[in-house]
Amino acid sequence: MKTFDYVITDEVGIHARPATLLAKKAKEMSATITLVNKDGKSAEAKKLMAVMGLGIKKGETVTVNVEGENEDAVAAEMETFFKENL
Amino acid sequence: MAEFTGKSVCKGVAIGRIKFYSQQENTVVREKVDDASAEQTRYEQARDKAIEELNALYEKAVTTVGEDNAEIFNVHAMMLEDEDYNDSVSSIIAGQQVNAEYAVATTGDNFAEMFASMEDEYFKARSADVKDISERVIRILTGKENSNDIGEEPVIIIAEDLAPSETVQMDKSKLLAFVTRLGSSNSHTAILARTMNIPAMVGTPIDKAFDGKMGIVDGYEGKLIVDPSADVLEIYFAKKKADDEKKALLQELKGQENVTKSGKKINLYANIGNPGDLGAVLANDAGGIGLFRSEFLYLGSEDFPTEEAQFQAYKKVLETMGSKKVIIRTLDIGADKQVDYFGLEKEENPALGYRAIRICLTRPEIFRTQLRALYRASAYGNLAIMYPMIISVSEVLQIKEISKSVREELISEGIKVGEVEEGIMIETPAAAVMSDELAKHVDFFSIGTNDLTQYTLAIDRQNEKLDVFYNAHHPALLRLIKMVADNGHKEGIWTGICGELGADTTLTEEFIKMGIDELSVSPGAVLSVRKAIRECE
Repeated sequence: MKTFDYVITDEVGIHARPATLLAKKAKEMSATITLVNKDGKSAEAKKLMAVMGLGIKKGETVTVNVEGENEDAVAAEMETFFKENL
Repeated sequence: MAEFTGKSVCKGVAIGRIKFYSQQENTVVREKVDDASAEQTRYEQARDKAIEELNALYEKAVTTVGEDNAEIFNVHAMMLEDEDYNDSVSSIIAGQQVNAEYAVATTGDNFAEMFASMEDEYFKARSADVKDISERVIRILTGKENSNDIGEEPVIIIAEDLAPSETVQMDKSKLLAFVTRLGSSNSHTAILARTMNIPAMVGTPIDKAFDGKMGIVDGYEGKLIVDPSADVLEIYFAKKKADDEKKALLQELKGQENVTKSGKKINLYANIGNPGDLGAVLANDAGGIGLFRSEFLYLGSEDFPTEEAQFQAYKKVLETMGSKKVIIRTLDIGADKQVDYFGLEKEENPALGYRAIRICLTRPEIFRTQLRALYRASAYGNLAIMYPMIISVSEVLQIKEISKSVREELISEGIKVGEVEEGIMIETPAAAVMSDELAKHVDFFSIGTNDLTQYTLAIDRQNEKLDVFYNAHHPALLRLIKMVADNGHKEGIWTGICGELGADTTLTEEFIKMGIDELSVSPGAVLSVRKAIRECE
């Protein structure tokens, strides 16, 4: 499993638009991508409502776990995605 | 007449008949079904149709409210594809052997509940999105028509709440305003209202009984007036007219150049009194700030503002304006602007007294602190400094010596400073008369017509008895302005006007003929002056 932490810089946090982009992206991957919020609550990245349900706000750290096929490459791609969108 | 208050989410004034908009009530009944898998198929077909509708809505919204605001319909479509949502619906249908409508309604309620219980206002507001998508699927399942017909006459819509999809589908030409009981300023509907520029209020105690009555929505004050009296109506008709004219002007002139028909361009800037006015500067599309009165720092303080406090305030303004010019006038305390901690003595004749640059040159420690803050801030934008109440060349030389030493001091401390233009206000007849000499020592002139008028005509504008003698367009004043512009141009420097006369559109053409290079007016007057400039030959 590959893992990285990311501090959200987007003003509104992980809101509907980036969460939708994230879900779309996660659905393309066969690896399982999981987001964990500061309270230890987790959600699969491809599940839009669950991700929004984490209520991750600006300044909070989110832990991203990637497990499965090509996990190194997927994790690197996810990290870029977070930097660009969140 | 009755008046109700709410939270305004989009400013503006609307007057018209009120229409109570009731959501299509989808009363869902729980029914047992024999064939759960057939019910599942029914659900999937309805869901796919809903997604198709949302994609079509997205396309429509892109053209009416722009891609950013249309994005909500993409989000809605994705929500309907959500695994957890679909799992929930399927498991209710299969597990309880019930109809799809009930399964969708229950799932929608559960997810909406989850969002509603979240702390953050943004996420809380998402419960409306979940309800919206569920209602859409249920409507398709029950085979109801999607009608958002609001009639022929333009109306003020009142409703318990409005879903973004409902707002977008309403015919904008028939929508005067909308007022809801629920909803937040974060709701998509509020955002859409702002984009469509329709007066809107949320959190307002509306009543079905208002339906059909005359109403006024005052989006500036957050007021809904039902059955207004004739007097109130008249006031609001006038208010609306002014508002409409302003909006039309904005639409027409935003982003346009300040150029006359013959192609002469002039700079049109805004006058501001504190950083809070920056929003108005940008909203009215001013090309820069032609007069930033620095007094707010001194007036709003119990003691002399520190260099650091001043630096932060100037830096913020410069950064906000980016590469646009910001002309900051050094302190103009005294006369009508008194501050206790300056310890100024009471004067018989304060307009002709100890004020502005006269304080700065006799109490250089105050002046140096302000100049240090200004030069430090100069690294963060396009700064010009302007000195007020000048009457002679010797003052300018003295000022320049101080500013030069401040600048050098900062550089020797390793602090970055930018290129700064230094100019003077021409607001005394002496400065106007001496402008040929003054022009040799400064980078620009900015004519302060308020003081220049009162000093030239020897008329106190506060004294009503003098109104009969007062002429805002007195030829003496206009001659002085022309002389200043000519003298400036001879030395290759630019001349602007930052007093009230700059916004007098009956003089715009004359100013341009005189060769005035810049006009700085209150933010609200920028567009009307731009219009006047564009109509000049």
